[in-house]
Amino acid sequence: MGDGHSKEDIKKHVKLYIGIFIALLVGTVVTVLAAYVDLGHKMNIALALLIASVKAFLVAGFFMHLTSEKKTIYTILACTVVFFIGLMALTVIAHFDVPTIAGSGH
Amino acid sequence: MEVPYTSKPRPDTGLYNAKVGIWLFLASEVMLFGALFSSYILLRVNALEGTWPHGLLNIPIGTFNTAVLITSSITVVMAWASLKLGQFNRFKIYQGITILCALAFMVIKSVEYKDKFTHYQVWLKDGETIRGHIEVPGIEGKPWFMTHKKLEAMEAVDHITIHPDPKPHVASAGGEAPEAHKSENHGGAEEHAHEPRRIEKADIKRLSAFVPAHSTYFAIYFTLTALHALHVMGGALVMAYLWGPGSKMWKTDPERFTNRIEVSGLFWHFVDLVWIFLFPVLYLL
Amino acid sequence: MQHTTQTAPHETSHAHEHHDLGFWRTYVFSTDHKVIGIQYAVTSLAFLFFGFCLMLMMRWQIAYPGQQIPVFGKLLEAILGETAKGGVMSPDLYNVFGAMHGTIMVFLAVVPLAFAGFGNYVVPLQIGAIDMTFPRLNMASYWTFFLGCVIMFFSFFIPGGAAQAGWTSYSPLATTIPTDGQTYWLIGMVLLITSSLLGAVNFIATIIQLRAPGMTWMRLPFFVWAQFVTAFLLLLAFPPLEAAGIMQLMDRVFHTSFFLPTGLMVGGQVADISGGGSPLLWQHLFWFLAHPEVYVLILPAIGIVSEIIACNTRKTLWGYRSLVYSALAIGFIAFIVWAHHMYLTGMGTKISAFFQTTTMIISIPSVIILTCLFITLWGGSIRFNTPMLFALAFLPMFGLGGLTGLPLGFSFADLHLHDTYYVIAHFHYIVAPGTIFALFAGVYYWYPKATGRMMNEFWGKVHFWVSFIAMNLIFQPMFAQGMAGMHRRMYDGGATYSGVLDPETGDVVGLPGFIISLNKGITHAAMLLALAQLPFIINFFYSMFKGKKVDDNPWKATTLEWQTPTPPPHGNFDKHIEVYRGPYDYSLPGAKDDFTPQTEPSHK
Repeated sequence: MGDGHSKEDIKKHVKLYIGIFIALLVGTVVTVLAAYVDLGHKMNIALALLIASVKAFLVAGFFMHLTSEKKTIYTILACTVVFFIGLMALTVIAHFDVPTIAGSGH
Repeated sequence: MEVPYTSKPRPDTGLYNAKVGIWLFLASEVMLFGALFSSYILLRVNALEGTWPHGLLNIPIGTFNTAVLITSSITVVMAWASLKLGQFNRFKIYQGITILCALAFMVIKSVEYKDKFTHYQVWLKDGETIRGHIEVPGIEGKPWFMTHKKLEAMEAVDHITIHPDPKPHVASAGGEAPEAHKSENHGGAEEHAHEPRRIEKADIKRLSAFVPAHSTYFAIYFTLTALHALHVMGGALVMAYLWGPGSKMWKTDPERFTNRIEVSGLFWHFVDLVWIFLFPVLYLL
Repeated sequence: MQHTTQTAPHETSHAHEHHDLGFWRTYVFSTDHKVIGIQYAVTSLAFLFFGFCLMLMMRWQIAYPGQQIPVFGKLLEAILGETAKGGVMSPDLYNVFGAMHGTIMVFLAVVPLAFAGFGNYVVPLQIGAIDMTFPRLNMASYWTFFLGCVIMFFSFFIPGGAAQAGWTSYSPLATTIPTDGQTYWLIGMVLLITSSLLGAVNFIATIIQLRAPGMTWMRLPFFVWAQFVTAFLLLLAFPPLEAAGIMQLMDRVFHTSFFLPTGLMVGGQVADISGGGSPLLWQHLFWFLAHPEVYVLILPAIGIVSEIIACNTRKTLWGYRSLVYSALAIGFIAFIVWAHHMYLTGMGTKISAFFQTTTMIISIPSVIILTCLFITLWGGSIRFNTPMLFALAFLPMFGLGGLTGLPLGFSFADLHLHDTYYVIAHFHYIVAPGTIFALFAGVYYWYPKATGRMMNEFWGKVHFWVSFIAMNLIFQPMFAQGMAGMHRRMYDGGATYSGVLDPETGDVVGLPGFIISLNKGITHAAMLLALAQLPFIINFFYSMFKGKKVDDNPWKATTLEWQTPTPPPHGNFDKHIEVYRGPYDYSLPGAKDDFTPQTEPSHK
């Protein structure tokens, strides 16, 4: 954190933290309920991951102070995210990009 | 001779050393869990139809455990805020709650694990599969980690008794049809689904508890959750140290102590973050 | 950055601390980066030699299949028993040595020497720091590494022997092979990876946080940049292999099927497993590390060579910024080329086109680096001392290794060359006469800083010339063997495939006798190479006590490690360090010497 963590700032933050805590609990309940509603398999997965991402953003952004971090940290994390996406995407794309043999019906 | 910037931030980066260190460590953790998540995806798209079990985890318990972990996440940040406000006693309370939450999480997780170790799936040679709790003659109570190989080795045993599960609660109704349905419809067994059933040893093709070897789903479930649990334990140990003997530093170097709490908190939030993804991916989808 | 205040080390305090610590804390469980660097260097040099000995014995088997290994054969039988019966290498033992040669050379020798050894010793000195950011973590890193080494070494002596599935440990082979060696290998790897991660965190944090006042990013010696990028590669590429290692461990210990497909046959029977796993998943996760690992091997080497070339040409490095940006570009692209190791797995054309493209792109920054270093030589007044000879040899050797890699980057050429001796020759040119020469150069170059004494120049030159000739005699013929189709893992050196008569045409097909006869020459050259290491080993220990004494800056170099007392005390610097200029201010017009240290203020 570093910059200007005066006591007033912290007190304001505490209110925010409690708000986020409630939001996270609500998010958990919503995820569970959403799983019981049939939206089609793909939509169910997309919705669950969307809610998880929002929750993750709240935790990383505010509990971990990432919304107000230093440039060095952002740079490190940006590289990490890019390589993580590369690993996941290229592996999965490679899985689906398989040469077809005529008549094999693959 | 002290390494500089251990408590004060370095002016040009605005960061103290441990902060850089923990974020670098977390970056590598992202890649570690990221690789496992990628493996999960690949194994899942790779799975043949009917080999990805579904609806076998206890969702209410999982939800409760998620809430426990989220609670610990808020108390950990409140502990840090208390130190920033100079309220050491409140810090002690919040940090204490965090540690208790970590313990509660571990206890609940162990109960879940135990349930899986004593819960079975049997594949019969005629193609039927049954899930339930089993009794093996000569073994008191619920057998743990039983397999068809072990059964074969037990010469005195010629049959087992299975108590089939009631129809499982399945989240995500849009998912692939759970196997349980198929097995219940098989051979008109539906009406007897809840009755204990005798199964001859000779009819068993495969028998496995819901352990890692059961299927790739349980393999990745146990790998991910066990690795996560190790992180919970590691985090809890560090926080217990900072709550107990480590908190003496508050008197000698309060700034550095606050930094330590922040850094251990960052790690804890990351553990929480991983669970936020693990829960829907493993329990619900 | 000029305004940063760093606590100036107090001259009196380090003397005290040094006395207080006692033997164990000073030399064994030390938190001093220099001691840890030397610990890493000595351990990994020992493993470098050990890994080389494994290969020597394999080379004997390749050249003289089924014959008793001279001198060491009996010893091998005495230690390992059945697998080396009569002093002859059995196929199983050949597999063990092959797998462990690769593992040891990469993970226990070259990387720890290049990254952890030199990095630990030199980086804090070069940036003007008193130590690493997390000294205790540094110590933990070394001892985790050491434990990993012990487990790897111990696995040779368990029943069934060490891992046999190659350093790549492809599943299902690695999972189903009936020796516990693979389990030891996996546990060892998890420890080594953990150690590397701790080291990488420490290096990056140190370079970001502990640069001396005035040491801006563009004033960092290129070696530091190289280590910085290397640390990032380790930090972000190693965890997926750790994950894969954990999963393969699960496969072996808890009988899961992460990498085992449905319907897998083992020994003629359907395996009793759940199935559903993916062997390709292992390959993806393995190469996601193992390709960046190539750059982990080469970048520190390039860094060392750059330091030595700048110092011994008495010139500034040509294109410092190009070097830095190229290293960063390599670091970035290294993460998205991995599947060029997997063209033969039935990969589709789209994804293969992607990986071919990125593979070609990554050769560009490598060529830029090499070009910059070559141009630096132009017009320099070169001092041909031992470190410089090794550094100079690095350039064409690395060039050869790199350029012969291009055909392997294209899937159509790779179909023919994959898994042949051509591949062996290609990557050994990069690692053996490339990286290892650079590491020798580094040893000769920084030895006087660590010990206060020079290594003997004459024996250094003998070491260089004989090694240089032997290396080329070993690896040049392998290109020919590989292009003739000789497979890299053949136990009998290809004898089985030689001179088969084609019944239809009457032609002799298979490996020509000439190609197989090259085996003998290669083996003799390898023995020569072993012989050439003796002067180095003797020189290394002899010079510690009897070498020529030197002052603090024997090479007349500019970077900060030469501004410390020799050997540097605990805490490194006995004066306040402030940096005023770039790292390679050699032969500045109007300067009083032909070198101007980084601590020299600009205005006089």
